[in-house]
Amino acid sequence: MSVPAGSTNARPAARRRRRRSGLPQVPWVWVLPALVLVLLLRYVATAAGGWYAFTDWNGISREAQFIGLDNFREILDNPASRGALENTIVLAVTFVVAANVIGLLLALALHRTLKTRILLRALFFAPVVMSSLAVSYIWQFIFSYTGPLNRFLDAVGLDSWQRAWTGDPTWALWTIFVVLVWQFAGLAMVMYLSGLAGIPEELDEAAAVDGASTLRRFRTITLPLLAPAFTVSVTLSLVYGLGVFDQVLALTGGGPVDASETLATQIYKQTFAFGRYGYGAALSLILTVLITAMALAQLAVLRYRERRI
Amino acid sequence: MHRYTWRTLIRELALFALAALWWIPLYFLVTIALKPDLEALASPLSFPSQIELGNFGTAWTEGSLGRALANSVILTVGTVVLLVALGSLCAYTIARRAGAMSTTLYLLFVIGIILPFQLGLVPTYAALRELGLVGTYLGLILFYTGVWMPFSVFLYTGFARALPRDYEEAARVDGASQLRIFWRVVFPLLRPVTGTVAIFTGLIIWNDFFLALIFLSGTDNTPLPVAVYSFVAEFASRWNLVFAAVIVALLPALCFFVVAQRQLIRGFTGGIKT
Repeated sequence: MSVPAGSTNARPAARRRRRRSGLPQVPWVWVLPALVLVLLLRYVATAAGGWYAFTDWNGISREAQFIGLDNFREILDNPASRGALENTIVLAVTFVVAANVIGLLLALALHRTLKTRILLRALFFAPVVMSSLAVSYIWQFIFSYTGPLNRFLDAVGLDSWQRAWTGDPTWALWTIFVVLVWQFAGLAMVMYLSGLAGIPEELDEAAAVDGASTLRRFRTITLPLLAPAFTVSVTLSLVYGLGVFDQVLALTGGGPVDASETLATQIYKQTFAFGRYGYGAALSLILTVLITAMALAQLAVLRYRERRI
Repeated sequence: MHRYTWRTLIRELALFALAALWWIPLYFLVTIALKPDLEALASPLSFPSQIELGNFGTAWTEGSLGRALANSVILTVGTVVLLVALGSLCAYTIARRAGAMSTTLYLLFVIGIILPFQLGLVPTYAALRELGLVGTYLGLILFYTGVWMPFSVFLYTGFARALPRDYEEAARVDGASQLRIFWRVVFPLLRPVTGTVAIFTGLIIWNDFFLALIFLSGTDNTPLPVAVYSFVAEFASRWNLVFAAVIVALLPALCFFVVAQRQLIRGFTGGIKT
C-alpha cells in the first residue's frame, strides 16, 4: 500500500528534509481501525441501503426480491408516506427561515454594547444543549387543551381560538415547528455572533463617518460579510430540519391520522414497527437524496454569493 | 461609537423580556415537577404552594432513571473515546504522509461527513442483528462511531497538518517509539481538537433519541431520552411525574453547560465552522 520512497519526485525537497530529520514514516496501519469502521458503516451500509430500496425485503427472509420502482410508487400513493414527504419539506423550509431570521436578529442585538449580553446569550443558547425529546414534553403540556396557551387565549378574549393544538390536523405540524425554532434559534445566534466577531469595526465606523445610515451599513457591510456564517447556519439547520424525529414522536406521534408524519418517523414506523425493510430503505433513500441535494444546492448558491463579494 | 444611551437600555430590557418568554417553558417544567398530584392537576400554572420532592423519587425508581443515566454515560463516553483515539491516530497518519494515498483517504473521510447516515441505517441494523449486537452497548457505540468518525478525522487532520515536527524529532532523538511519540508528544498538542470533538459529538450522542430508540428499546440498556419516552408512555398526563423525569434527563447537560459554558460554545462553533 505504501508508496516506495523516491518512486515519485513530487516535492523532493520535503522528502529529503524528512530523511535528514530521521523521523520514520508513520505506519499506514494506524489508519485502519477508523478506515474499516467508516468503510463498513458508511459506504458499504449506504450502498446496501440503496439496493434494499428497490426490493421488498421484510428484514427476516434470506431473499430480497428486486421490485424496481414499486416502493417509490407506493410512497407517492400512500397518504401517510406522501404526507410525510410534504410535511418534511414544508417543516424544514419554514424552520430554516424562522430559526435563521430569529438567530440573526438575536446575534445583531447581542453583538456589542449591551451590558448583560453574555448572560442573555447564555439564556438563549441553553435550549440547544437540552434533549429535544425531553423538552418536547414541556411543549406538549403548553399546547394541551387545558394548558397554558389555551388559558392565555381565554384570558385575552380569544377563546374561540382554543383547541387541542397537537391533536388538530392543521396545527399539529406547527407545534413541531415552534419547538424546533425555540430550540435551534440559539445555535443560529451563536453562529452569527461568531461571524459578526470577524467583521472589523473600523469598516462600519468609516462608513458611518461617510454618512451611511444604519440600514445601509447593515445592507452593504454587515450582511455581505456574514455570508460564510449564513452558509454554515442554513446548511446545518436544513440538515437538522429534514431529519426531524424526536419532536414529532413526543408531541404528536405523527398524528392525528398521519397529519404530522415526517420522513424520519415513517422510516422508523415502516421499518421497525411494520417490518418493511425495503420500503423503509426507499424512504431513507428519498430522505438522503433530499438532504444531499438541498444541502449541496444551497451551498452552491451561498458559496457563489460569498465569492462575488 | 457604541455609547450606552437610553435606547440601548430599552433594547436591553426588551431582550430580557424576550429571554423571559424563551424561558417560560422551563418555569412550567420546574414548578409543576415540584407540585403534588392534586395541585398539578387543579392549578398547574400557579407557583407551588408546597414543595413535593417525592415526584423525583417516583420518577427515578419507576422510570429506572439511575440505570438510564449510567447507560447514557457508557454510550457517550464509549463513543467519544473511540472517536478521539482512533480518529486522532488515523488523522495524524494522513497528515504526516504525503502522496495520492493520503489524499484519497482524506477525501474518503470528507465525503463521509456529507453522506447522511439514514440510508445505511436499515442494512446496518440488519447486520448488527445478525451479529447479536442489537440491544447491546457495543452495537450502538459502533454505529455512532461510524457516523461521527469522518467528522473527527477531518478536524484532527486539519489541525495535525499545521503542527511543526520539531517535538517529534526531539522525542525521536531521545529514542522513543513511534506510538509513544504519538501518545506522549503529538496527542497532547492536538488537545484543542480533542475538546471540540468530545464536546460536539458528546452532546449530540448524549441527547440522541432516534438511534438509541431503534437499537436499544425494549432492553435495560436504554439511555435517558428513551427512558423518558417509555416513562411518559406509562404516566402520560401526570405532568408532575413526567416533568420530574424530564428534569432528571435535562440536568446533566445543563450542569455541564453552566460549568463549561465558554468551552462548550467554542467547541460547538469550532465543530460547526468546518
